[in-house]
Amino acid sequence: MKNSVITLALAGSLASALATLAVTSAQAQEKEKCYGVALKGQNDCAAGPGTTCAGTSKIDYQKNAWKLVPAGSCMTMKTPKGMGSLKQGPAPT
Amino acid sequence: MAIITQASFATALRDETAPVPHGLAAWNGEPSPRRFAVYRNNVAASLRQALAERYPATERIVGAEFFAAMAGVYVAKHPPRSPVLLSYGTDFAEFLAGFEPVQELAYLPDVARLEAARGNAYHAADAAPLAAALLAEIDARYLEEAMLLPHPSLCVLRSPHPVVTIWEMNAGRADAQPIMEWRGEDVLVVRPRMTVEVHRLGAGGAAFFTTLVQGRPLGDAACAATAEADDFDLTAHLALMLASGAFTAIRL
Repeated sequence: MKNSVITLALAGSLASALATLAVTSAQAQEKEKCYGVALKGQNDCAAGPGTTCAGTSKIDYQKNAWKLVPAGSCMTMKTPKGMGSLKQGPAPT
Repeated sequence: MAIITQASFATALRDETAPVPHGLAAWNGEPSPRRFAVYRNNVAASLRQALAERYPATERIVGAEFFAAMAGVYVAKHPPRSPVLLSYGTDFAEFLAGFEPVQELAYLPDVARLEAARGNAYHAADAAPLAAALLAEIDARYLEEAMLLPHPSLCVLRSPHPVVTIWEMNAGRADAQPIMEWRGEDVLVVRPRMTVEVHRLGAGGAAFFTTLVQGRPLGDAACAATAEADDFDLTAHLALMLASGAFTAIRL
């Protein structure tokens, strides 16, 4: 008896949850690491502010510093130092 | 010539009042207390700095000066056990819980626990989150028996304090303002992809996820959550379970 109640509740809730999920994942945009587009000191880091690598880039559009941008948009970003890149570039000289 | 042992060197490093280890000499053959003091100070300062980097919200709550002094006490008592500083200070929250001068900030150890969980999640192994479609494929009759493999970065924390709200206000995620309703917050920390995520859990949510992390099946998790909170929202937590990437695989 107890088990059938849980089975029903789980199945029903999972169906609703999956429906919610379909809506949210359509809204949530994938991101990609984009090198060479961040301004000085504005590069991103996975753990966010407070970790050592975020905001440490020394020059504008540093080729080995990245910023999270909407997926698919990196290669189209034009900066005064050239286009954005999905690959890490050399450190500034 | 005297032999300097690692033990005597390490002891002298940690204790400011200790003499220069016997046998340690400068270029001219004389012991140099000043040079050794510089070295000793660099070791302590770098460890204090490592703690500050790992616990920025905790530092902001107590202030940089207070934090540095408090970190100094911790560093003296807890020398690093590994040359890798990524995990240094993992037990800082336990130290805070017993550190007399911060006793009136009862929530401080939980804020530190949340920051430690975020750091651990950041450095945990990468793993692809479970695709929701895989769970959808399971026959409803077997759903309650499904067990889930937790993501390597997953951590569930419970607090009698509004720990997420306090952390957000001191990590630049939200404006600092008085907290009108002081109530406990449970939290799920996970890094499904590039970014460490912090999710507040609703009533019964911590029991639900903790049961799953223990390797027990979905049915048990739902029961544990409902037993703890009558108003446990199963749908919302199943959605969070899938959307957060907290699990990587199903075991039947």
